[in-house]
Amino acid sequence: MVPWLAVLAATRLVRLSAVDVAIVAFYFALVLSIGWYLKGRAKTGEDFFLAGREMTAWIAGLSFLSANLGALELMGWAAAAYQYGILATHWYWIGAIPAMLFLALVMMPFYYISKAHSVPGYLKLRFGEPTRALSAVSFAFMTVLMSGINMYSMALVLKVVLGWDIHFSIWASSLTVAVYVALGGLRSAIFNEVLQFVLIWAGALLIPILGLIETGGWENLKLQIAHNASPEYTHLWSTLGSFNNNPMGIHWTGIVFGLGFIISFGYWTTDFLVVQRVLAAKNLRSAKLAPILGAAFKMMVPIIVILPGLLGLAVLPVKLTGEASTVANGGHSYNEVLPLMLARYCGPGLLGLGVTALIAGFMSGMAGNVSAFTTVWTYDIYRALINGKASDHHYVNMGRWSTILGVLISVGTAYLVMSFASIMDYVQALFSFFMAPLFGTVVLGMLWKRATGPGGFWGLLAGTLSSIGMWAWVKVNPNALRYVALSPNARDMAENMYRALWSWMVCVLVTVAVSNLTRPSPDHELEGLVYGMTAIPLEGEVPLHQRPWFWAIVVGIVFVVLNILVW
Amino acid sequence: MTVDDSGISIWFFIGLSLLVNGILIAGAGIWEIFRPPANPVVLYPLHASLWWGILLFLFGIRYCIRFAPGRKS
Repeated sequence: MVPWLAVLAATRLVRLSAVDVAIVAFYFALVLSIGWYLKGRAKTGEDFFLAGREMTAWIAGLSFLSANLGALELMGWAAAAYQYGILATHWYWIGAIPAMLFLALVMMPFYYISKAHSVPGYLKLRFGEPTRALSAVSFAFMTVLMSGINMYSMALVLKVVLGWDIHFSIWASSLTVAVYVALGGLRSAIFNEVLQFVLIWAGALLIPILGLIETGGWENLKLQIAHNASPEYTHLWSTLGSFNNNPMGIHWTGIVFGLGFIISFGYWTTDFLVVQRVLAAKNLRSAKLAPILGAAFKMMVPIIVILPGLLGLAVLPVKLTGEASTVANGGHSYNEVLPLMLARYCGPGLLGLGVTALIAGFMSGMAGNVSAFTTVWTYDIYRALINGKASDHHYVNMGRWSTILGVLISVGTAYLVMSFASIMDYVQALFSFFMAPLFGTVVLGMLWKRATGPGGFWGLLAGTLSSIGMWAWVKVNPNALRYVALSPNARDMAENMYRALWSWMVCVLVTVAVSNLTRPSPDHELEGLVYGMTAIPLEGEVPLHQRPWFWAIVVGIVFVVLNILVW
Repeated sequence: MTVDDSGISIWFFIGLSLLVNGILIAGAGIWEIFRPPANPVVLYPLHASLWWGILLFLFGIRYCIRFAPGRKS
């Protein structure tokens, strides 16, 4: 069992009243009803796997963001804000916004025009079958493993916070997701993700509002944090000139190049879990607007995630500690800050809504994993490698069964992790191995017509293997950290960022080298796939406020202003 | 805004969720006014349950009416 959760499991933070239970029960009934209602609208492959490609920009954009807004994300980053201060906001701003805008304006046209069902599907069109197989198998494998780990962690959180039985939590939540995704496909997942997005905000927004009332506003909050912790906890950039001047032990180059460029672009532009939502948009303009809308809301998420962590630093009467200290000495760990703030301000009813927000976050994340797994399994593994001549109806049925199979594998992983908790650390590291190199492969494929099939395959493989190699090197010899992360003082997050940067560079260098040594693809094979070889449809005579680039500029300006405000 | 004009909009489901949650939370807030809890939460005198519940209710009823099944969006 994870140490901090083992300690927490001995206690229970909150007790639900009858009205709280009614709110949670109503939520479960509603999501199942939505799945049941939509089951008749998932008859073709296009319906089931891409929601009929008829989503508006708003729905695709909110779903795009909601698939990423899991419960562990909410609790984990609130904990990070308590531990590292406002630096945690970088993962929501520079670690997301530029990449989301790049996806919208530069990459989305190629994904959308190619009519690929998935990111591996695009790689098949651009680089051939070996590259698709490599990315599809690794993605499907890691997606269900991550889903299981998140399921186990969430069940433990529910046990800790509410005292719920861990087996009940795992089966109730996973079967609910399995039923509504298997019935309605991606459309059902998207509908529920938009509902879950609204509930997360409705359940979590009251904490920062009441917290700021209690502390007397932002300026007083900063004074209290300076008194209780350090003034550095409320500065976003000014402390990043040195590895030793900030609570995270990171340099601005790691944030800008490692997080802001490689990790962020790798996740937001190539992780099919999020990209699938945008592919469901009804036209190219909606597909470009969806990530921009998602970026606008992403910039606001720190209000319900980072601010509660900072408020915890100011108002909680107890000092939260790290996992090791909590295990040794008792008390509360950083990871409890969000439930503690929920219990501090929310009475009956509001508590139920807050708990529903956590459960909704978990289920939206799981539905994202399961629906992405289902598509990649059906189109990029089953149809590509096992049975390529079946009917559309057959593949829809395969999609329904693989949804259930994916959930069952996730449940199996959850029980596996329950027995061997150390697996969690390794799998999370494994997942990160694929993202940065994949971004290198996809972006070269879209922007450089000279990139060839062998170049794409060997670049992706070399980038992934180099990432694994660096991770293993530091595990075997901790002194290697000074080379991988450029500093012996770098923490885990800093190491992840630099490892991502180097593996991306290896991927790009190998792709370029192999491509230059192999025969270029004929131009007619690159149409619709590569910049310069693709006619991007004009948006027509639409007003300024309906143009994607206009809103991208607005979001970009707000992004810069926000960073300056808390510099 | 609807996904399918011939069916029920997602915004109707969201309105329904906010409406029911608003009623339950505002009801709990009113109950607390007449039966104050033995261990009140911080800032209990603000009666956050009551006004937050009313706010959700108002948003919920607006969305339920605006996106009611059968009504053209």
